[in-house]
Amino acid sequence: MPHPRPSKTGLYDPALEHDACGVAFVARLSGEPSHETVAKALTALSNLEHRGAQGADADTGDGAGILVQIPDAFFRAELGGALPAPGAYGVGTCFLPDDETARGRLEELVERTVAAEGQRLLCWRDVPVEPGHVGRAAISVAPRIRQLVVAASSGLAEDADAFERKLYVIRRVAELAAGPALVIPSLSARTLVYKGMLMAPQLTRFYPDLEDECFASALALVHSRYSTNTFPSWELAHPYRMIAHNGEINTLRGNVNWMRARESQLASELFGDDLHKVLPVIRPSGSDTAVFDNVLELLVLAGRSLPHAMMMMIPEAYAGRADLSDELEGFYAYHGCLMEPWDGPAAISFTDGRVIGATLDRNGLRPGRWHETADGWVVLASETGVLDSVHEPAQIVRKGRLQPGKLFLVDLEQHRIVPDEEIKRSIASRKPYARWVAEEMLRLADLPSAPPPPAPAEPLRRRQLLFGYAQEDMKVMLAPLARNAEEAVGSMGNDTPIAALSRRKPLLYSYFKQLFAQVTNPPIDSIREAVVMSVQASVGSERNLLDETSAHARQLVIENPILRDDELERLRHVSSDVFKAHTVDTTWPAAEGVDGLEAALDRICAESSLALAAGANILILSDRAAGPARVPVPSLLATAAVHHHLVREGTRLQTGIVVESGEPRSVHSIAVLVGYGAAAVNPYLMLETVAELVTEGWLPEGMTVEQAQARAVKGIGKGLLKVMSKMGISTIPSYCGAQIFEAVGLAPDLIDRYFTSTPSRIGGIGLRDLAEGALIRHARAYPGSGDELLPVLGLYAWRRDGEHHQWNPDTIALLQHAVRAGRFETYEQYSRTVNAEAARRSTLRGLMQLRVREDGGIPLEEVEPAAEIVKRFSTGAMSLGSISREAHETLAVAMNRIGGRSNTGEGGEDPVRYVPDPNGDSRRSKIKQVASGRFGVNANYLANADELQIKMAQGAKPGEGGQLPSHKVDRYIASVRLTTPGVGLISPPPHHDIYSIEDLKQLIYDLRCGNPDARISVKLVAEVGVGTVAAGVAKAGADHVLISGHEGGTGASPVSSILHAGIPWEIGLAETQQTLVLNDLRSRIWVQTDGQLKTGRDVVVAALLGADEMGFATAPLVATGCVMMRACHLNTCPVGIATQDPELRRRFAGKPEHVVNFFFFVAEEARRLMAQLGIARFEDLVGRVDLLDADEALADWKARGIDLANVLRVPEAPAGAPLRRTSPQEPALADALDWTLIDASRETIDGGAPLEASFAIRNVDRTVGGLLAYAVTRARGAAGLPEGSLRLTLTGAAGQSFGAWLAPGIELTLVGDANDYVGKGLSGGVLALRPPDTAGFRAEENVIAGNTILYGATAGRAFFRGVVGERFAVRNSGAHAVVEGVGDHGCEYMTGGVVVVLGRTGRNFAAGMSGGIAYVLDEDGTFATRCNDELVGLDPVAGEDAATLLALVEEHGRRTGSPVAARLLAVWVDSLARFVKVLPHDYKRALEHSDRPLSTGGEGFLTAETETAEAAA
Amino acid sequence: MGELGAFLKLKRAETPERPPAERIADHREFVRTLPLAELREQGARCMECGVPFCHSGCPLGNLIPDWNDLVYRDRFREALDQLHRTNNFPEFTGRLCPAPCEAACVLEIDEGNAVSIKQIELAISARGWDEGWIVAQPPAARSGRTVAIVGSGPAGLACAQELNRAGHRVTVFERDEAGGGLLRFGVPDFKIDKAVVERRLRQLADEGVELCYGVDVGGDLDPSELTAGFDAVVLATGSRVPRDLPIPGRELDGVHFAMEYLYQRNRAVAGTATPSISAAGKHVIVVGGGDTGADCVASAHRERAASVTQIELLGEPPASRPDDLTPWPLWPMKLRTSYALKEGGERSFAISTTALAGTGRVERIDWMRNSGVPPFEPVPGSEESHPAGLVLLAMGFVGPEPALLERLGVATDARGNVAAAEFATSVCGVFAAGDARRGQSLVVWAVDEGRRCARAVDAWLATAPARPRLARRAPLSPAPLRD
Repeated sequence: MPHPRPSKTGLYDPALEHDACGVAFVARLSGEPSHETVAKALTALSNLEHRGAQGADADTGDGAGILVQIPDAFFRAELGGALPAPGAYGVGTCFLPDDETARGRLEELVERTVAAEGQRLLCWRDVPVEPGHVGRAAISVAPRIRQLVVAASSGLAEDADAFERKLYVIRRVAELAAGPALVIPSLSARTLVYKGMLMAPQLTRFYPDLEDECFASALALVHSRYSTNTFPSWELAHPYRMIAHNGEINTLRGNVNWMRARESQLASELFGDDLHKVLPVIRPSGSDTAVFDNVLELLVLAGRSLPHAMMMMIPEAYAGRADLSDELEGFYAYHGCLMEPWDGPAAISFTDGRVIGATLDRNGLRPGRWHETADGWVVLASETGVLDSVHEPAQIVRKGRLQPGKLFLVDLEQHRIVPDEEIKRSIASRKPYARWVAEEMLRLADLPSAPPPPAPAEPLRRRQLLFGYAQEDMKVMLAPLARNAEEAVGSMGNDTPIAALSRRKPLLYSYFKQLFAQVTNPPIDSIREAVVMSVQASVGSERNLLDETSAHARQLVIENPILRDDELERLRHVSSDVFKAHTVDTTWPAAEGVDGLEAALDRICAESSLALAAGANILILSDRAAGPARVPVPSLLATAAVHHHLVREGTRLQTGIVVESGEPRSVHSIAVLVGYGAAAVNPYLMLETVAELVTEGWLPEGMTVEQAQARAVKGIGKGLLKVMSKMGISTIPSYCGAQIFEAVGLAPDLIDRYFTSTPSRIGGIGLRDLAEGALIRHARAYPGSGDELLPVLGLYAWRRDGEHHQWNPDTIALLQHAVRAGRFETYEQYSRTVNAEAARRSTLRGLMQLRVREDGGIPLEEVEPAAEIVKRFSTGAMSLGSISREAHETLAVAMNRIGGRSNTGEGGEDPVRYVPDPNGDSRRSKIKQVASGRFGVNANYLANADELQIKMAQGAKPGEGGQLPSHKVDRYIASVRLTTPGVGLISPPPHHDIYSIEDLKQLIYDLRCGNPDARISVKLVAEVGVGTVAAGVAKAGADHVLISGHEGGTGASPVSSILHAGIPWEIGLAETQQTLVLNDLRSRIWVQTDGQLKTGRDVVVAALLGADEMGFATAPLVATGCVMMRACHLNTCPVGIATQDPELRRRFAGKPEHVVNFFFFVAEEARRLMAQLGIARFEDLVGRVDLLDADEALADWKARGIDLANVLRVPEAPAGAPLRRTSPQEPALADALDWTLIDASRETIDGGAPLEASFAIRNVDRTVGGLLAYAVTRARGAAGLPEGSLRLTLTGAAGQSFGAWLAPGIELTLVGDANDYVGKGLSGGVLALRPPDTAGFRAEENVIAGNTILYGATAGRAFFRGVVGERFAVRNSGAHAVVEGVGDHGCEYMTGGVVVVLGRTGRNFAAGMSGGIAYVLDEDGTFATRCNDELVGLDPVAGEDAATLLALVEEHGRRTGSPVAARLLAVWVDSLARFVKVLPHDYKRALEHSDRPLSTGGEGFLTAETETAEAAA
Repeated sequence: MGELGAFLKLKRAETPERPPAERIADHREFVRTLPLAELREQGARCMECGVPFCHSGCPLGNLIPDWNDLVYRDRFREALDQLHRTNNFPEFTGRLCPAPCEAACVLEIDEGNAVSIKQIELAISARGWDEGWIVAQPPAARSGRTVAIVGSGPAGLACAQELNRAGHRVTVFERDEAGGGLLRFGVPDFKIDKAVVERRLRQLADEGVELCYGVDVGGDLDPSELTAGFDAVVLATGSRVPRDLPIPGRELDGVHFAMEYLYQRNRAVAGTATPSISAAGKHVIVVGGGDTGADCVASAHRERAASVTQIELLGEPPASRPDDLTPWPLWPMKLRTSYALKEGGERSFAISTTALAGTGRVERIDWMRNSGVPPFEPVPGSEESHPAGLVLLAMGFVGPEPALLERLGVATDARGNVAAAEFATSVCGVFAAGDARRGQSLVVWAVDEGRRCARAVDAWLATAPARPRLARRAPLSPAPLRD
């Protein structure tokens, strides 16, 4: 079969694609095969269609498929009587090439293999297909689909498991021999897969077999795929042989490496000699799901049960859980010694044809809903309601949801749903796992203490010089770390060169950029959701994965990967028959010069191998020997070299790698070491330096060396968790070796050899440069007095002799003088300086040359006027709160004057600004940002936008949420954000309604409903793979995508994030442009870029690389007076910009005209360049990468191996293919149910009488109420309609985001159940959810609605008669809600409002809750154990609280008919005593102190002035 | 980083000075240092800017935020180390520099609020000398290379110290009888006590720098002896040709260049010579409104002149920073009143001197008011005459004395300064630094020139063919990164 996907070209790499999807299964408990099962599954699939996606060709789906039991009757009818008994034959579905010859060869190969394995090929069957029902793109690459029928040999006919294994061997052997040309979606005697590059409804029509009445099964698993790019292949459709997956495996690279390392020691009695034939088990170029399936299949066929294997690969968070049995904890701990978790958001449905089930990742990041009917059907799907047309409410006896880390299992042989506890208990007690762990596993803390290391021979200062320490390491990094046990915080982004362009020979770590989750998977909240995080690691030898013995548990557990000296010595001196440590010297003789490095690496690798052969299983890579004659090998290089050497050698699992080095001293350095294979790191020089800080008096008085070191270690540990969580990884074993980095500026051969498979796209320096750097540092230390001052780095703050900063005294002063005086000549001086410095030493764009026309181009007058060009400019998202009202409004006025766009940022907007000023200026920001905190986001805010921007990440700290310290939250800021004054605000790292690409599609849909006239934008940060994410964004229906560079960023952020996450926009933008053009998606989406854009030249380069529009943040701030204090987080901005201090705000001297001048100057400079390029219209610049060259004149960086060919690659697309946005997206709202509701409500909205009406609803009806809310808001403003004006009842299963943005006066009552995101952004409306009266189950014991309900709700009320999923009322800031049970993380990040829980809560209730109140009915007195008490206190309910509670419970009863409410009210006094009040400490303080600082000058919200005015009135 | 928000609570402290009436009675320094507590408060006001414009405004690139913070924390020893890292002679600059750093301080955006950087610098160096922290730092090893430096002003001395510490053998030739150049003979004792200069010279000598006084290279000593006898030669002779006033009466007795007068005053105060020029009892006219002029005014006060008048060609600048001409962080062209005028005397702006008159000796000066800006059109009818017994011309310097340059064959630029873009002159092995290269300037620039020239010489010596290197030596500190 032809490979449908383009191979890697330029910056596009198909390996980077992501997918996510909708998944469902149907099972019949009786176990009787029937065609009805298949039909139901197909119905469910088509009801999930909105979760899949289509490509540029609207009829080509990303993939759909079905897995069933072998339909024996069907094959008997098709193939005649020769078929052996059921189970004694297997059927394989093969995707074969169309080409006759090629197909013949492959078929022959398969036939030969069947024979060679002693089985008998019965026949080939052509699977009938109807190509007319498939999209153009899909059919152009469609395979020939044939089925292979194999009869079991006599020996295997009776042994079903052995036959299944043999079929697997046949498949693997044939696959390995044939390579990618042969695709076998399934070959089994139990299951059969039909799939393809199809949309859900096409599947049935394409495969007529599926409609055959004989095509019967007792179970069916279906899947609809959403891939980020548009080259989804037939092969990559789900289901795979055993699973279908919704989510993403974040740790894939590491899992694949470790799996490869494991293969050398695999052995299986069941497989015997066949085992080696199937290796390697992982099929190359598979997706994460395919790889997972490959490994799962092996584990199961080698003898573990399917649930057992699933528990191994996706263990729940078990550490420190009181509610788990010792047996189960032992099971997980034991299996942790065998395999690292496959981590990431995942709902995986699995089946082996006998059981079918599903599991959820430890954090519950994907949805899954199930129900059971009285007549024995079990249905599980990504959404509820997929079979509403089939299963009447009265038939349903149970409803539930997948829960974090829990197994949902249907056993068709036992005819029942097996409860999670039961199946886990039975698996955990198969072997004495807990005892094995207790007996064999060793803890570092338990090892006897060892003699201390010999005192260092050299003075500390000299060794600090040797390892490149600078003064900032002490003052900026280590002192705060040791003082606060927290990483230092900085502001205003990073304007220094990338490591490869720096002249300071930065340490190797700096070349590695942390990857982070955006869109396709969520970052984890390592602080608020710490329950799922763990830094525990272990070392020792791993054993045969396919076996289970007590010896497997012989691992040495290290609780914290940062080792103190005494811990390392204990490890080094471990003496037992199990553990043996060997120390490898990682230094080289200085006398050997640069050549010595490579030789040293060879020696280190060889010595490591020898040590392993001699029985060592702890390798300590140590540079303690560095000194006058010996140079330390960069510790990361040594670590990665040994790691990959041992992986290649197949011995990696025999040892743990521990790094003992003077080099690492930051969170980032430790993270990279772990990411490339270190299980633990002893940063001895960092610890000594911390000790020096103590003795030199740099730390608070009374702090001992011991305490300071402990705090530093703790701080780095916390930082490490943050780095891991940024990528959605929760445990060290999953992170170790996972290589979640992109290299920027390293040579290809260096990468291939030592950092294998790390993305590195612009070439760069090699071993020689690294050696030179090490030698220069060595020369700085020797000879020397040993007491010299450390050098000044100038990285965090500008220093004349330090690192170059693009914003420096010259450029800042020139820009300010230019815009204030309105002098273009001064601006030209500024831009000449900036552009020249860019070329000399700071940015990739500086290394590019414009291909100006030799004839001088066209006259300037012919070029589009500057007044047109400036309309493409916008200012960056800086929230009111992070910057002052004066600064914020100045930017808005300026952008409105020039027809550009300003951005609210994540802080809401004062509604007064929606009305133009008397002088015609407007302070309204056209772009309204929607970020994870949803601060200030309500129906009115959305309705007043021209553009709604979803912030997935921000340049300064991708993968982390914004934060506003409490001292900046004055009353005005709090009122605009709809929060409490004086309470600090933290945005969650993820959008809790975007855990995957189809969730993003849903949020885009929600926002479109919130304002159908606004364009929808998605903000991403450049990193490897951003292009495929952007393609996914285009396919999700966004109008606009912003690619932010890593350099940008105005807010406060941990310094490691500022410096080490994200990449330059030049690469990200080029990758985006190339991917969109290759995918034929470019025409339907605007592309914008930002990140330290400063000049007209920057604008032109950005356009040529593919940007339609450009964003600026720092430069306009500088124009208004910012002097790059980098003190934004301190509220002491001396020029009144990044501060709320009234005294400082008075000093703000910026004027809109300064900003206007800046943008016109930039546009004017761009015009001049356009004239030289001979291009009159700006739109004709966009994407013309052919007009850019690498500047050959710049020899310096060329010497460093930088190669821009990939960035400057012209994507191969048909001539005339659009390079810019030319047409709008397909309309998305045409079939919305809301149009019907609006029609019915029209009169009421226009002032008529109240309305009561009823409608039917299905799960495909999404965001019901959203457009209605918009209509009400447009007509009636923020106040909406009078209470009770619109009373609408809907019956059925509601699609996602039911009741989103609901405005005042609208009441929706849902009779049925609902999916995720009910009441998202609720803005004053009322929701009530209840099951139908005919329901056959007790509501309070069953699930009524899904996850992430009332996210960002600001006002209104909601009542849920039943249990709901995880993260109920997350970031609620004003809604009142009653619910009868919630999942994990209830009331997370809540800042206001009231929540009443009349049932059980999950774990981690009230995490990050800084405001509002919750009343929880604590029937059994165990609530406190599930409540996160970090920010809240628990009290009895009394007084005013009791009245509030009573009113809500009464209303709940009234609106939902809840028997729970009735029961409680019947004995209210007793009931009241059983409630617990959850009150955040900060909130309590804020309520007690009304003397918070008042804002000055605000208008629309509560301020000093309005209060005074009100009092006077 | 200082104390968070201290700049909002604490005010700038101006330099404490002795009362004018008291100080004109002697020649002792008139500037005092702030008490420690106030000094630390000033350190606390520093905001540790992300872009410290002060550090950029300082020609030496002094690590101002770093030592401000250290002073705030009462860590003077470390502050001294940081200060010496960029500045060989903070006790000179702390006294004599006009402090462009303070003009560029971010707090100065709000005019008059700058951190009192110069006082902090002075206090750090004073503390260093008082505590005996400043000692000789001879090099650990010698390179075997030799360098001759002509001129012992701040540029020559800084260059000498740096090159010596890098291991080269350095000899400084000075035509006057003592070292320091204008620091010793041009600037009055009440601005810089000569003991301050002397102790620094002693440190250089202790470190191994050979100081040869009374040797006039180009006069007594044939410059070819230097080029032949040393691996490298550095010209740090200053910009010593004064600008003249070609008007009728210029030849009269009692009309002198300012530097002639100041040299005599300094020698007189030191007691090494009897002056021939005296301001005592005379009507003194100082032509030129700059620092040298101010030093003449103040010296004349101390000689009990009958009157002192300082006249300036340029018009009177505005009282506060003119944001349209010299916005922050540029050096503001605004009205400043010198210490000398605080002690007495008159000043006039926009004055074009037209003639000097007298019989043999000057008795009268004639001038007209002018437009205040080039080309200084005279205002008709504004002619005035004033009695004048001593006229001192303090109108700046036009360039280095040409004789030595001509004998060495060193090329000069259009302004007559030594042409030496990267410090190397047109003659191989001959370098130039300081005012001789850049024209008349500030003492900070001189120190900076000396330091950077030393790096250029050091780099050149590393590649220049000649005698074998004797020992591996430490690089100059700090390793420069300028491009």
